[in-house]
Amino acid sequence: MSEENIKLTVSPSPHKRSVDTTRSIMLDVIIALMPALIMSVVLFGFRSLLVTAVSVLSCVLFEYIARKVMKRDNTIGDLSAVVTGILLAFNLPSTMPIWMVIIGDAVAIIVAKQFFGGIGQNFVNPALAGRIVLMTSFANAMSDYPAPFAWRNIAVDAVTSATPLSQMTSVYKAGDIDAAINAAGLPTLTNMFFGVREGCLGETCAVALLLGFIYLLIRKVISPVIPLCFVGTVAVIMLIAGKGSLTFTAYQLLSGGLLLGAIFMATDYTTSPISTKGKIIFAVGCGIVTSLIRIFGNLPEGVSFSIILMNILVPHIEHLTTPKPFGTLKEKKEKKEAAA
Amino acid sequence: MHSEIIKPVKKVRGGVNVSHEKHTKDMQAKRIPAPETVTLPMSQHIGAPCTPTVKVGDRVLVGQVVGDTDKYVSAPVHASVSGKVTAVKEIRTATGLVSQAVIIENDGLMEEAEFTPPKVENHDDLIKAVRASGAVGLGGAGFPTHVKLNFPQDGSVDTLIINAAECEPYITVDYRECLDNSWDVMSGVHLLKDLLNFKRVIIAVEDNKPDAIKILERIAEKDDPDDIIKVMPLRSKYPQGAEKMMILSATGRRVPPGKLPSDVGCVVMNVTSAAFISRYVKSGKPLVSRSLTVDGSAITAPQNVRVPIGTEIDYIIKACGGFREPPVKIITGGPMMGTSIVDTHHPILKCNNAILAFTDKDRSIKKETACIHCGRCAKVCPMYLQPTVIHKYAVQKDVKSLLKAGAMVCMECGSCAYTCPAGKPLVQFMRDAKSIVRSEAQKK
Repeated sequence: MSEENIKLTVSPSPHKRSVDTTRSIMLDVIIALMPALIMSVVLFGFRSLLVTAVSVLSCVLFEYIARKVMKRDNTIGDLSAVVTGILLAFNLPSTMPIWMVIIGDAVAIIVAKQFFGGIGQNFVNPALAGRIVLMTSFANAMSDYPAPFAWRNIAVDAVTSATPLSQMTSVYKAGDIDAAINAAGLPTLTNMFFGVREGCLGETCAVALLLGFIYLLIRKVISPVIPLCFVGTVAVIMLIAGKGSLTFTAYQLLSGGLLLGAIFMATDYTTSPISTKGKIIFAVGCGIVTSLIRIFGNLPEGVSFSIILMNILVPHIEHLTTPKPFGTLKEKKEKKEAAA
Repeated sequence: MHSEIIKPVKKVRGGVNVSHEKHTKDMQAKRIPAPETVTLPMSQHIGAPCTPTVKVGDRVLVGQVVGDTDKYVSAPVHASVSGKVTAVKEIRTATGLVSQAVIIENDGLMEEAEFTPPKVENHDDLIKAVRASGAVGLGGAGFPTHVKLNFPQDGSVDTLIINAAECEPYITVDYRECLDNSWDVMSGVHLLKDLLNFKRVIIAVEDNKPDAIKILERIAEKDDPDDIIKVMPLRSKYPQGAEKMMILSATGRRVPPGKLPSDVGCVVMNVTSAAFISRYVKSGKPLVSRSLTVDGSAITAPQNVRVPIGTEIDYIIKACGGFREPPVKIITGGPMMGTSIVDTHHPILKCNNAILAFTDKDRSIKKETACIHCGRCAKVCPMYLQPTVIHKYAVQKDVKSLLKAGAMVCMECGSCAYTCPAGKPLVQFMRDAKSIVRSEAQKK
């Protein structure tokens, strides 16, 4: 081989790179969300697939347009807009009017994400920002939950009924919690676990969300710290608030958007801390705020607000939990280590 | 029967699992015919460059000093072939530095200068001998070995760590040294232990080299009545072989920023360097040749070769069958910390342990996209740094925050950039950060 043809690339070390890219990470998240999507179709019918599809398409479109208008490079290939689209749809009832879904997507992508510089720069989770705007703007549509399997029975109109979570608030106010749970006519815990309950289309099926969680752990996309600390904190507080009632705690953990939020929204890279210590503070904070809103607030659900609130605190948490560089441990700790 | 194997005291944080690619592990280093000319740069080490001690037209013999200096942190350069000095001029080495170099035309005789084994009875003798041998760290860093060995003899430095980890992918020369020159490794270990009064000797090796562990275990067992020589297998994870990581694994001690291993009572020496010192003390023949791994997808016949120092990279690649496919990237050293070179006419230096040539398919360049704050760079950093945060401070030229964030602690192992899904050149960011700190310090 003649030497004249050789053109060498010169670049800084390292000369080997891992195969992971932003796109591959986002693709893993999308795969992890698929079981919940399938279950949402089983439970709430093809309308949930329609809502999800519209949400994904509008998110991608808004991302494309926003980048174009702002004269920035096109980033729809990183699939992050797809993830936002799915997550926002998962946080809506399957009966949501399509035009409202599109408004939510616009807020998520254009306002919460692109106004702040696009992927990696948003200070709150875009999907949650979209959800909160929809919740405060269209409160009725946002709480118009169809009963599971109602879509199969054409004779019966989609019955609007109270979610288990909104019933929990009155349960908590009753004196004897276990008796109140029995009287409230809640779905059984098994049904709660498999998602046979009223709620947003992607949040109800705990088992599907947990499958996604396991997939993300195996693929090392997320660390288990945030979901475990978040759910754990809610569990502890609810156990105390429920005067030791395990049934009450179990209903609290399986209702609302807790699992969806803890596994898929609170773990968003951009809006959660890097260090393990920071992650613990962040997740425990989410758990406390969620529990306080659920117990004392006017709203039945606190997951979205708690995550958004903690998102805003992330820069401060990061600042407080920056690890000390190697070899600069405090003397006390070093002495302790030397003694050990 | 006591065990010669010890477990690491402390686990190294972070790091990355890089595929090992040790294709040449079964290949003993083969001598290739000496080239027609050798180019000997006067700066092949960290520290002061040497001044040429020969003139154009001089005839030199193998092992004759051609460059030396009276500066302390430096090591003399010796002729690696016999022949006539044809030029003494400035050249650019593979790292991009400009250095004086002595160019020798090989007369094909390989006539050696007269070597007399040095008299080595105590610490001072050893330091003098090691300096005269031209030894520098053969594992890649190129720090003059005699400087490393010159520590106060008050017993504060108690641990010698022999580094046989070889955690960089592809490279197998240290592994081959353990297998093929195990007697030299053993006498090197004993020589250093006896003369420098170490209380412990720990030979560290990654557990992907079971054959080396077996041999080192036998070395640790022999002639060791006080049982102070131990072998420490390490989990194969990059960068286990980094000096500070090695000290942490072996002793649990942490070298503070800006301090040396001897400040925490340790000396870390590459296994090939230790074997070379023992050979030098026996024969008096200085450092004139070294082993290299030549590998990568563009090389026709990957193998380990032994070449005179100063041989052109191009010549070595041709001796390995040339290129199988056109290379798009050639590096000296390992893929994680090596230097990519501009052309193949650079000479091999004392500290180069590999030449790797890659084809287009494993050039391994990612498109740079926006940082998604995934935190992987911080998670894999063995020095507990946050590269993206340091980069931010560097952009703002905030020297105070850079120092606090530990920019100078970075050893450029490359774990962060390896793992970054956004393809950021994080190591380069860290180098920028360091140069900002240094230039600010100069201003003052």
